[in-house]
Amino acid sequence: MTPEARLGELVRLRLGRHDTRRGFLKTALAGAAVASASTACDGAGVEKLLSKHYLKLTDEDKRKLFARIEAEVLARSGVRVTVGDPQPMAGVEFVHALDLSLCNGNRRCVEACARENNLPDDIRYLRVVEVDAGTLELANAEHAYDPELVPRSGKNYLPVQCQQCKKPPCVDACPVKATWVEPDGIVVVDYDWCIGCRYCQAACPYYARRFNFREPSIEPSRINPDQAYLSNRIRPAGVVEKCTYCLHRTRRGRYPACLEACPTGARKFGNINDENSEVRRMLERKRTYVLKEELGTVPRFFYFFG
Amino acid sequence: MVRFAVYVLRMIACAARGSRQYYLWLGTLLVFVAMGGVSYAHHLSDGLIVTNMTDHVSWGIGIANFVYFVGVAAGAAVLVVPAYAYHREDVKEIVLLGELLAVVAVLMCLLFIITDIGQPLKLWHLMPGIGKINLPSSLLAWDVVVFNGYLFLNLHIPGYLLYRRYLGEKPRPIAYLPFVFVSMIWAVTIHTVTAFLLAGLGSRHFWNTPILAPRFLISAGASAPALLILLFTAIRRYTKLDVKDSVFEYFKYVLRITMPINLFLLGCEVFHEFYTGALHSASAYYLYFGLHGHSMLTSFIWTAIAFNVTATAIFLLPKLRNNQKILFAGCGLTIVGIWIEKGMGLIFPGFIPNPLGEIVEYTPNAGEIIVSLGIVALGAFLFTIMAKVTIAIQTGELRLEQPVPTLQDDSTEAAGG
Repeated sequence: MTPEARLGELVRLRLGRHDTRRGFLKTALAGAAVASASTACDGAGVEKLLSKHYLKLTDEDKRKLFARIEAEVLARSGVRVTVGDPQPMAGVEFVHALDLSLCNGNRRCVEACARENNLPDDIRYLRVVEVDAGTLELANAEHAYDPELVPRSGKNYLPVQCQQCKKPPCVDACPVKATWVEPDGIVVVDYDWCIGCRYCQAACPYYARRFNFREPSIEPSRINPDQAYLSNRIRPAGVVEKCTYCLHRTRRGRYPACLEACPTGARKFGNINDENSEVRRMLERKRTYVLKEELGTVPRFFYFFG
Repeated sequence: MVRFAVYVLRMIACAARGSRQYYLWLGTLLVFVAMGGVSYAHHLSDGLIVTNMTDHVSWGIGIANFVYFVGVAAGAAVLVVPAYAYHREDVKEIVLLGELLAVVAVLMCLLFIITDIGQPLKLWHLMPGIGKINLPSSLLAWDVVVFNGYLFLNLHIPGYLLYRRYLGEKPRPIAYLPFVFVSMIWAVTIHTVTAFLLAGLGSRHFWNTPILAPRFLISAGASAPALLILLFTAIRRYTKLDVKDSVFEYFKYVLRITMPINLFLLGCEVFHEFYTGALHSASAYYLYFGLHGHSMLTSFIWTAIAFNVTATAIFLLPKLRNNQKILFAGCGLTIVGIWIEKGMGLIFPGFIPNPLGEIVEYTPNAGEIIVSLGIVALGAFLFTIMAKVTIAIQTGELRLEQPVPTLQDDSTEAAGG
């Protein structure tokens, strides 16, 4: 098979698949009468409780909202941050590819991600697990290996984070549309719209979503001031968050923090629609696979052995 | 309008007056409600970090109780179907209490959800129009729809019939019968949607089974009659409502069918998990035998199985089931057995191991248990006062033409619960 044909096949199989599983629900139930009265809240008057869904915010709303968030962080931590809202670029669809023959399990990506995304100590978006050579089965993975003693012989290392699925079960699960797929393929969460039911966590096959069981506390000196509303701004308690491919960086032409921190060069990132991008070349030339392909989630995260 | 306002006031007065026993019972329940409230305030102020839930096991005892009480709510159909579809007069006399039990169970379910979520004040995001309810994709959104529908149906039907009875007027069939038949189907949908909510998750192999909805319905058909036997025995003892023996015979008959089927479906599940022995069965191995040295839930599931098998034997053997004490024990074993099956036997192991194969165990801590107890106590409180008013109207004590009793009149008796 020529590289072109193989790529075409890959894209067709994995990224261009027709709706089946959850499309079924939509078609089967289209037109069904929908009526519901739900438990009302008594938070009237409190601006925060009445804030609108991200997709309904006007430019003026955003300006005020972001200024309010910046002022809150300043008052609480004394750190001057900027909350931006970089938009997806036309024609761009981000894909991450990871070379398992290079990854040695050092977990630099995990910590870089935490610093970049303002994560408190009990939350990590990225997990690197150790598996015996000869298998990639997660059921037998070692989660508590010591990253100072890597690489151990006879072991492979498998980093897992949000796979930015094209058919994400978490997005279907969310009862209030607080999480969705952006045009560039990134699955985002509106932290101010999330009600904290955690159904998305139950739905995610990759253990990629984290819940803020408490108000996140971050050392002021460790706060990354370069923030975006849909990515690394400091989250409230009681809501879910996850990897956003560092959209505040990648939508401005930079690499995600995990990739920059990787000392082995195992990570590749870019626009799958760009014929000259590194990820596109990897998909064309390498033997790639995705995690839990059988679940039909169609990840935008590929693994390969280089 | 004035007539209706007087009716409401008289109902409140009826609920507020009772024997010392009645006050003692309600007072005890309120103590539990208050304790639950204090514990929940702790959840609210410090976050759910005060619970034992983690990102690994992100739903705990609250959701487990939610699933169990959905079964109680759906179980009202055990009374509604024979009363209205088959015109059993003995069941018809008590069916309103069954519908009110469904109302209370649904309210408890909603409370289990509200106390479990991270941002309860943002629940308005679920409201169509001003919020953004995710229909038709999200099964949790569907659950909100069917629960509110079921709540409305079960408030309307007994509400209408009781008001007519109070007025001394015959109810008009068109005003309630269509709702009755809708509610029969609706009882099935609330448990089915709740099962689909779990069974629809492809990555949770333990839940991703087509017999989850049938299992839920059958176990509801077992736990509801067991609960109703105990409940109506108490009502017969403490109130003037005449509950016929034939009703209890009917409950026992239902249990003779549902309990063995419940065990059979469990057996189907166990066969499916263990005969194939795939890695997908890790949760089942963890639950029944423990996995990699972790076995926090094994004693619970074997207890549940022992309880359910013993109860089934009791209901099947005439000598045992016709002895009242043994029958009550069987009902108790059924209620506890099925409750364990839903929480420790279904919700928790579904999260263990996590999708990346890591094992983090969960049992609820004291705070979580107290919140749950508070909700159950609130349910019992509401059911007691609703049952008291209902029985007063049904026995003719509370009627339009009846003089309003004065405060000195101490004839009312307590309702049990």
